[in-house]
Amino acid sequence: MAQSSEPLLVVDDLVKEFRTPEGSLTALERIAFSVREGEFVSVIGPSGCGKSTLFNIIGGLIGGFHGQVTIAGAPVSGPHAAIGMVFQEESTFPWRTVVENVAFPLEIQGMPKAKRLARARHFIALVGLEGFEQRYPFELSGGMRQRVAIARTLAFEPKILLMDEPFGALDEQTRLLLGDKVLQIQQELKQTTLLITHSIAEAVQLSDRVVVMTYRPGRVKRIVDVDLPRPRTLDLVGSEAFGRYTAEIWNDLREETSRGMREAEARVRGAPGPR
Amino acid sequence: MTGSPMPQPIARFLPALTGIFTAVAVLLVLELLIDADWVNAYLVPPPSAVLLSFGRMITEEHIAERFLLTAAAALGTGLLLVAVGIPLGLLLHRFPLIRRATETWVAAYASAPLVLAYPLFLVIFGRSALTIVMIGFFAGLAPVILKTLEGLTGIRPVLIDVSRSFRLSPAQHFWKVLLPAAAPTIFVGLRLGLIFALINIIGVEFLINFGGLGQLINDLAERYDLPGTYAAICFAVLVSVVFFAALERLERWYRPARSAADAEV
Repeated sequence: MAQSSEPLLVVDDLVKEFRTPEGSLTALERIAFSVREGEFVSVIGPSGCGKSTLFNIIGGLIGGFHGQVTIAGAPVSGPHAAIGMVFQEESTFPWRTVVENVAFPLEIQGMPKAKRLARARHFIALVGLEGFEQRYPFELSGGMRQRVAIARTLAFEPKILLMDEPFGALDEQTRLLLGDKVLQIQQELKQTTLLITHSIAEAVQLSDRVVVMTYRPGRVKRIVDVDLPRPRTLDLVGSEAFGRYTAEIWNDLREETSRGMREAEARVRGAPGPR
Repeated sequence: MTGSPMPQPIARFLPALTGIFTAVAVLLVLELLIDADWVNAYLVPPPSAVLLSFGRMITEEHIAERFLLTAAAALGTGLLLVAVGIPLGLLLHRFPLIRRATETWVAAYASAPLVLAYPLFLVIFGRSALTIVMIGFFAGLAPVILKTLEGLTGIRPVLIDVSRSFRLSPAQHFWKVLLPAAAPTIFVGLRLGLIFALINIIGVEFLINFGGLGQLINDLAERYDLPGTYAAICFAVLVSVVFFAALERLERWYRPARSAADAEV
């Protein structure tokens, strides 16, 4: 895929600490990486490595960190017009139909109704939900609702699509199929995307580069270039090269995941038990 | 084994038909019990006598006028509950200190028998419709405040994050996210508030012998016109039915998703 050599998003020496009753907890330590225009980058790490904190900092939802995040050179100090966020939790508005959900950011921008509904329909078609425009979220499956959330964020036309485990609550087969859909959309729109995930298969399937993080405090352990041909299809998942990348990333993650489990068990042992 | 599916129009009206049938059956049983002297007719008039007195209520007791007086008091109270109760709930949500300072008081005030304070209201507002509206309003206020607060507090944080990520202005955030997200619980509060308000409106009309249906019920009870009293009570129930139906329609208009969800069931 054609990418600009200039980074669009730069995360530079990011440190985030939280105050807890037990003292200061370093969630992120000296995180640094960049995403070029049109690039698809995934951040992967074990549970508790600070992925969601990183997502919220880049999205401008939490502050109070050291280092800086810049978009096209401008520092991020709050929610940014260039960033569209897709959340892990179900985030569609239950009181709005699919088309009203997708048209929401356009309504906020003050776009006339006919125009915004037409645009919303375009993005609904892009995520493969034609025919469901007038349905309410409760009438859709979990995967369909997440596609509505993605279409809503795409309608915002962000420079960077920032996604936090959008298919985390779905089964593996649905995840792969929806990953394929995201891939098609990303290739069609040449959308710069940063995906936070804990699925190695998803990261390899979708990404140009994978940022592997350590367990707490979250640091960048390694950045893996995924040199698989594009356009990618689901056939890739069964290929030898796919397996090689998956194994490579798993080798990096295994140690961190084991450490995370050991520390979690130690915390439980150290905590006062039920009387 | 499964039976053949019910025709669509019958399935649609079945709940209403079941309700009507049950009410008619209960009234018939009551009529028979009174006829058989198992229930004292001087204490409980036969439903047929109550039914026959409806015409008399309309022609002799100006029931339409009284119905409208009570309905107008209920409408004024309802509008006040919306205009004051929801903003107060929002205020408590917006300022945690005020919430912590007053929430217990508001909850305690919700269960206070406010109608007993009617002499105080008479002193302040006089023997007028305003007294009736104000007692109804204060009686129904607490559930509206508490349910608005509960609705706003219960909004899933991710919806707030979506709002922030799309950089909504405070007004957009309130009208397009907070209010619709909290609406189901706010409507529950309005229903509860209206119940408390209607009980108190009719009760105060009865106590101070002023206004609409409550005053008529008082008059008829003092004349020991039991069929007329029960007929007037039926009209008081009708006020409640009208207001709840109106609130239901308002909710379906504001929350079309609820209509769609109900249609699914």
